[in-house]
Amino acid sequence: MPALLLGRRACRGIAVLTYLIRRLLWLVPVLGVISAVTFFLMHSVPGNPFDQEDKPLPPEVIARLEAHYHLDEPVWRQYLRYMGGALRGDLGPSYLSKDRSVNDIIARHFPVSFVLGTLSLGVAVVIGIPLGIVSALRQNTVADYVSMFMAVSGVSVPALTLGPLLMWGLALQLGLLPVARWGSWQQAVMPAFTLGIGQAAILARLTRASMLQVIREDYVRTARAKGVSERRVIVHHALRNALIPVVTVLGPLFAALVTGSMVVEQIFAIPGLGDFYVGSVGDRDYPVIMGTTLLYTAVLVIANLAVDLAYSWIDPRIRLEAT
Amino acid sequence: MAAGVRPPPATPRAADRRRTLSRRGGESLWQDAWRRLLGNRLAVAGGAVVVLLLAVAALAPLLAPRHFAEGDFEKTFARPGADFVLGADFLGRDVLSRLIFGARISLTVGMLGAMTAFLIGVAYGTVAGYAGGRADNAMMRVVDLLYAFPSLLFIILLLVVFKLGFGQREDPSALVRAVVSLDRAMGGMLFILAGISLTSWVGLARLARGMALSLRETEFVQAARALGARPGRVVVRHLLPNLIGPGIVQVTLMIPGLIATEAFLSFIGLGVDPPTPSWGAMIAEGITSMRSHPHLAIFPGIALALTMLCFNFLGDGLRDALDPRMKQ
Repeated sequence: MPALLLGRRACRGIAVLTYLIRRLLWLVPVLGVISAVTFFLMHSVPGNPFDQEDKPLPPEVIARLEAHYHLDEPVWRQYLRYMGGALRGDLGPSYLSKDRSVNDIIARHFPVSFVLGTLSLGVAVVIGIPLGIVSALRQNTVADYVSMFMAVSGVSVPALTLGPLLMWGLALQLGLLPVARWGSWQQAVMPAFTLGIGQAAILARLTRASMLQVIREDYVRTARAKGVSERRVIVHHALRNALIPVVTVLGPLFAALVTGSMVVEQIFAIPGLGDFYVGSVGDRDYPVIMGTTLLYTAVLVIANLAVDLAYSWIDPRIRLEAT
Repeated sequence: MAAGVRPPPATPRAADRRRTLSRRGGESLWQDAWRRLLGNRLAVAGGAVVVLLLAVAALAPLLAPRHFAEGDFEKTFARPGADFVLGADFLGRDVLSRLIFGARISLTVGMLGAMTAFLIGVAYGTVAGYAGGRADNAMMRVVDLLYAFPSLLFIILLLVVFKLGFGQREDPSALVRAVVSLDRAMGGMLFILAGISLTSWVGLARLARGMALSLRETEFVQAARALGARPGRVVVRHLLPNLIGPGIVQVTLMIPGLIATEAFLSFIGLGVDPPTPSWGAMIAEGITSMRSHPHLAIFPGIALALTMLCFNFLGDGLRDALDPRMKQ
């Protein structure tokens, strides 16, 4: 019906839009449940954030602090109060850094994690995909074995191993790069590689498997048969199709990189949000824990959504279906 | 050659036939898989090192030159040499001994955690897939929600709740006290295991559900049902045996990830209780003196990577052996 009135292109536009809206609406229950689980879990621990073992505060001071932050109310009311604020874009104050709100903390530290995650994704894509393609095109040759051995090794070398090794080799022995901290591009090189290599290995294996499948397809044989140059067959006919499954993992991969940068942030003393989260959980800085969790969940869901959209754009055969 | 017409089979010589029979005829799925596994050199090497590591972990008190907590304050930061094969840390504790005892934590958390996650995931997924309909839908929405939860954040939160909630003050209930003392006895490993098992079963539940859904429609399950087998019997006798093969592969491939998670948790100070050695905790201690004593962070890192590499080789080999269709 609408196709008659609007034409095909507009119809498709509307389909994408409704899909987008439905998927974004799914964010509401997800964030609701996850925020509730997090909130009640962290409040289930006895005691309060102002307990200090070495320098205990007088009980009156603790009572005043609790009253100030509404910690003396029932937990469900605190939760509603928090969510009310969060919906209006106010994630509350930080208990520990008293002059900063959670909004300030996220605005300052999240971009660092985001940039680090993006750079690592770049490393993963630039190394992983070509490695997978070469490996597939030279299947069962030395090049293939070497690339796949590198890929399995890459998966097996965690950031906890690679970080100190790079730091020792490149910074301390050779003096090529600064040892740690964040600010200049030189300081970003080692963290980005530490975080990206493992994901590059995953991408390489996936690209290889997908490419091997695609180059056996009929349309690739047809393209060769009609005399298309080998280069064009690979780039235009095979690669475009082989990359579809690869693109689907980029979303979760990116989310994993942004939310999983805690190790690297700790090793290289980078002031990212992950590092902040670890500290805030230990110190029971409730609003910071909540804010970070909600933000990371949203990143995860939106990254997956972006991939699904890209997916239908690369491969028009795939229809968007809201689930 | 026309379709359906085959050339007459050449009569093999008796010796050939005997060999074919002995190699193919009486071979079960498992013997076949075992033979394929042994043909994979990387997998055999990985498996051998895994067995070696298990032996080292089991015999740690006999093999370690010193006790893991024994410090020698005159030998702090000793270089690798005759006294301390891999050097000593900031308290003068022997790095090699701590690596050997640390293997216990890594391997136990990795293997036990993967198995627990497997049991939870398979039970959940099989029930959901076999029940189907509304129950399946509801159960899978829970899985979707857990999937959206950033798992590292969740596990950190769980561990803090366990540690602060149970560990801090004297709890009146006997059960909590028993759990806490068991955790102390395990060097803080119980809570890590619980946190890891609670967060990592989700992927397995999806896998098991998918398999249960497709197996449900197979002829042998239909036949069993037609003969009057109850759902419980169908699941136990017909679904679960088919999940063992993929299950073994999944569990093996999960272990390196869990070992890395344990190392990470110990690295940020939420893992084992000091002085129990964990490779992650050793890296965290070592990284502070990276400039002058890099070996303190690098040796445990190498142990960690080597262990994960061997499990990955073994897991890849098992996958190729148990499911030849997956092999590229």
